[in-house]
Amino acid sequence: MLNFFILILIYTCIYAFMSLGQNLITGYSGMLSLCAAGFFAIGSYTTAILTTSFGWSFWATLPIAALLSALMGVLIGLPTLRLKGDYLAIATLGFAEIVRNIINNWDALTNGPMGIQRIPMITIFGIKISPYQKYGFLLMEIIMLLICWFLFERLASSRMGRALEAIREDEIAANSMGINVTKYKVVSFALGAAVTGIAGCLQAEFTLSVSPGSYVFMVSIMVLCTVVLGGMGNFVAVILGAFIIQFISYLPQLIGLSNIIPAQAKQIIFGLILVIMMIYRPQGILGRKERNNKKAEKNWLLNKKEAINEHA
Amino acid sequence: MGSVSLLFQHLMNGLTLGGIYALIALGYTMVYGILKFINFAHGDILMVGAYIGLFAFDALRGSSPLGPWWLVSFFIAMVISMLGCAVLGMVIEKVAYKPLRKGSRLAPLLSAIGVSFILSNGAAWMFGTHSRKFNYPFDNSPIHLGGVVVTPHQILILVVAIVMMVALKLFVDKTKMGKAMRATSLDGDTAKLMGINSDMIISLTFGIGSALAACGGMLIALDYKVYATMGTMVGLKAFVAAVVGGIGNITGAMLGGFLLGLLETFGVAVLGIPQGFKDAIAFAVLILILLLKPEGLLGKVEKEKV
Repeated sequence: MLNFFILILIYTCIYAFMSLGQNLITGYSGMLSLCAAGFFAIGSYTTAILTTSFGWSFWATLPIAALLSALMGVLIGLPTLRLKGDYLAIATLGFAEIVRNIINNWDALTNGPMGIQRIPMITIFGIKISPYQKYGFLLMEIIMLLICWFLFERLASSRMGRALEAIREDEIAANSMGINVTKYKVVSFALGAAVTGIAGCLQAEFTLSVSPGSYVFMVSIMVLCTVVLGGMGNFVAVILGAFIIQFISYLPQLIGLSNIIPAQAKQIIFGLILVIMMIYRPQGILGRKERNNKKAEKNWLLNKKEAINEHA
Repeated sequence: MGSVSLLFQHLMNGLTLGGIYALIALGYTMVYGILKFINFAHGDILMVGAYIGLFAFDALRGSSPLGPWWLVSFFIAMVISMLGCAVLGMVIEKVAYKPLRKGSRLAPLLSAIGVSFILSNGAAWMFGTHSRKFNYPFDNSPIHLGGVVVTPHQILILVVAIVMMVALKLFVDKTKMGKAMRATSLDGDTAKLMGINSDMIISLTFGIGSALAACGGMLIALDYKVYATMGTMVGLKAFVAAVVGGIGNITGAMLGGFLLGLLETFGVAVLGIPQGFKDAIAFAVLILILLLKPEGLLGKVEKEKV
């Protein structure tokens, strides 16, 4: 039972990474991306291929996976982000399907539907972090997640975060205030993609094998659900959302009814979550994090006073 | 086979595929024209239509031997499936989209994705994950027309698709309802002021679009299998077709559908794109059209106003 709970937490962390990315893209910038599964797969396969075929260490593959995912994000984002958001959803959905098609068919690189097995475990300072001893793995994940969360939180309160929120609220107004809309959109899309790629690396290291079946559309929907459920534009909320979604999806096993409850039931629940949340509580459980403007206001007033004093 | 007849062969295959895409693209484009949002669940409505049609057809034809009754029951099944899906489309609109009309642009999109997920998984739950197959409504042995091989199914698909499109075009262009639809699409608020019941028009649009999708779903089911996620890829491609033709433009959707069908067929047959990457053609087309002519072939450039 406790073991099972740890397992849920491990998956919560992996999905929390993806949700941070999705939250930056959808919650902050207001773009609907549906290719979390695609970047997830790119991250996983980068780690799997580099560690098994080239003997790289996990830590060396991490930045490569992030970079590669970001690059793909830019490639898919550049043509579509200049346009209205609706096209992005379709283009990204198609992109995720193409990624899955490629890893399914490119036997020489990805070993096709069989996938790649026997991925070496992570070592850090000579200590092996085995996914079989779940505590160590979970601890590593939590530390990484905290770092990532801290960075994203900083990013959101930086100039870029404010620019993204301005774009989400009114693109034309943002543009006329001198914000380079396309640039910020592409950068946030690439950052979201990168962190989703990192989630993929962790997934590969946790299961120690990768196969195309783990990167289906369902993953993208779960990530989207996570962000919608927790609260768009709030990084703490999406981590909470990740936990709830993972808890729901493992609930049948947890209460020992996985034989009775069909696999589709939880997916229908995810669909219902999207519809019901949109109708009754579009801001999510915790709601959007409102920026504390008091400090900025105070600074502005101070500066103004100084300027007046200088004049006098 | 000579190269000319080979060309005609590919042309025929492309047109049949394109006819189906065009039928489905109409639903996307009509809804987009009025509500300015992509109905993600459209592909799944198509799947429901194929299932209803399949069950109705099996119930109707009974165990009678292959004959004219099969064709009649196929058409009756098609009508049942179209009616069923029209109701389904309207119900979905009332429940999942209507409350969100005033909210952010993201809300109906997310809701539509949810509906799509509910439909496809609900179908997998109720009908199982195995795929089913239509019994041919009539003998499908190919006919040779001067070196070109045409199956009766292809003729059926083309005829039904063209009849449906002409009927829709006449409805939209010549009837009072159609006029109201065009007015709502052009300017919803002004149309309301002119006494048009816009809620009714939106319902009607969803109904017609879903009925056309059901029709498309049954036509696909003639040559391919029926399963819970059959609508996803076809739906996406039909959306690409709608964008290629200029989203919101009904003639454009028809043109885009046929064009995409031809491109896909010729891409595999002439350019030698491997079968496994056939699905990627549509997305390459989408990216290209978005880069080169984002308003689509027949669409008008719309400047966004503040």
